[in-house]
Amino acid sequence: MRTLKFLLQKEFLQIFRDKTMLRIILMMPLIQLLIFPWAATFEQRNISLSVIDNDKSTLSKQLIEKAISSGYFKLTDYSDSYEEAMISIEQNTADLILEIPRNFENDLIKEQSSGLMLSVNAINGQKASLGSNYISQIITDFNRDIISSTGQSSSLTNNIEVSTYFRYNPEMNYRIFMVPAILVLLITIIGGMLSALNIVREKEKGTMEQINVTPIGKATFILSKLIPFWIIGYVMLTIGLIASWLMYGLIPAGNILIIYFFSFFYLLAFSGIGLIISNYSETQQQAMLIAFFFMLIFVLLSGMLTPISSMPQWAQMLTLINPIRYFIEVIRLIFIKGSGLFDILPQLFATIGFAIVCNIWAILSYKKTN
Amino acid sequence: MEAIIIKDLTKKFGSFTAVDHISFEVGQGEIFGFLGANGAGKTTAMRMLCGLLEPTSGQGTVAGYDIYKQRDLVKQNIGYMSQKFSLYEDLTIKENMRLFGGIYGMSDKEIKMKGEQVIQDLSLQNEQNALVESLPLGIKQKVSFAVSTFHTPKIVFLDEPTGGVDPIARRIFWEMIYEAADRGITAFVTTHYMDEAEYCNRISIMVDGKIEALDTPSNLRKQFGADNLEEVFYTLARKAKRGDD
Repeated sequence: MRTLKFLLQKEFLQIFRDKTMLRIILMMPLIQLLIFPWAATFEQRNISLSVIDNDKSTLSKQLIEKAISSGYFKLTDYSDSYEEAMISIEQNTADLILEIPRNFENDLIKEQSSGLMLSVNAINGQKASLGSNYISQIITDFNRDIISSTGQSSSLTNNIEVSTYFRYNPEMNYRIFMVPAILVLLITIIGGMLSALNIVREKEKGTMEQINVTPIGKATFILSKLIPFWIIGYVMLTIGLIASWLMYGLIPAGNILIIYFFSFFYLLAFSGIGLIISNYSETQQQAMLIAFFFMLIFVLLSGMLTPISSMPQWAQMLTLINPIRYFIEVIRLIFIKGSGLFDILPQLFATIGFAIVCNIWAILSYKKTN
Repeated sequence: MEAIIIKDLTKKFGSFTAVDHISFEVGQGEIFGFLGANGAGKTTAMRMLCGLLEPTSGQGTVAGYDIYKQRDLVKQNIGYMSQKFSLYEDLTIKENMRLFGGIYGMSDKEIKMKGEQVIQDLSLQNEQNALVESLPLGIKQKVSFAVSTFHTPKIVFLDEPTGGVDPIARRIFWEMIYEAADRGITAFVTTHYMDEAEYCNRISIMVDGKIEALDTPSNLRKQFGADNLEEVFYTLARKAKRGDD
């Protein structure tokens, strides 16, 4: 273990001498937290709306006004005909066409019903479905307003009212949903990617061979590579937690120590994966590409951006062997729901399992003699 | 006791035989030159002796330890300087010495004393706290040699140690090898320079994975009826069927 002391001294000397690396370590959490939550928003704003108002009545104007004032839509143009509106869609200036028929107001008041036509540009599926959802809600609201304002008997309308309460995240604030997940991403990059690159760099420089020709134990050498990245991982997590409090006022509802406790095993698992990658690559480019490839799949299958329950069965099975999935679940549970240690035991055991398997694999695939 | 004893050492990569049944012995304190054209198998043979590569067949001991079963003991007792310059460039000379001294189990006190002595011997007082990457190649190679012999190994393996440096720096480098040999350290050197081969006690010349000649420089000249080692080398190397690889 005395050898480990010398190796660790060397690692820290190198890390503190690498100014670029230090900057990355300090800036990455801040910049990611500053940009990502705004880019990865689940809300859809600024949906371009093209309106064909064939009625030009008070009520039709009220409806349009209501849609615009919701903040979700911006009016791109008034068209005279459906064909004209379609041109806007084709030119990609409009996402949604709302056509209000002639006699809309009359029909509504006299016959108590009228039709509206909605055409959605579904090239961007998410935008389309959210847009049509929003406008349907607005129309339903509008409908209710008219009924109450014209004092029509309620016998004609549906009396059932659905009230939705969002538990744990009452305002459906997506930031409290995304920010903890970004913290996970940060730790993943540190644990997995930086450790992989670090070892491959030694291979490229030839210092790895110099190490292999010494009697250093494999486990000692690997520990000397892992410990600095655990420490850096913790530093970044701490910066990230402070930043998410300062930037977004987010404080975990649960015990912050559980996050640190869980991170330990998570970092262990991911630095193991990083080591495996480094053992199978000869150059930093190779390591980077492999790490990037897995990272992309892991992130897409993590439930960070899309719910796992809406994935097909086979994809759901794949998420079970994805360590990122477990940490994202855990950090959201702790941040949003305030879960305790006992609530996250399944995820904890899964992660410890990954850590053991990956590190055994890492030590076995590291060959001092070819 | 012989420092290196090798018998029928062979390394195959698939159907390609890089090293083909080579046998030789190197005495303690000897400077042994290991010559051969590019692709003749020198580096492969050396890597097997250092425990970096698993031999396909054959037997051998290095520093008295078996190259299959006692690899870590072999490694504890040798120094190695690869042709790819391999000190840590982002560490200083002293930090490199401290690291490798520590790895070979020297005490802090030993490292400090030996370090100061080396700095003095090589007159690197001004450079001792500079990062290795900032040093000229000639000095880097001297430091690299000093680090590879820092833990006083029984044998030091030098793989083309003087590639790319000027004749004066090469001369100084060979003086260092002689000093190490005086301290009883066996030097196993590969080189392309025939004048350097003349400095060796004995040399072997490898052609296509086999050792074609092995003797003292003067005996080899006599044996081949040549004026210098360059002629001997050409005569042998011209027979090679393998190209560069």
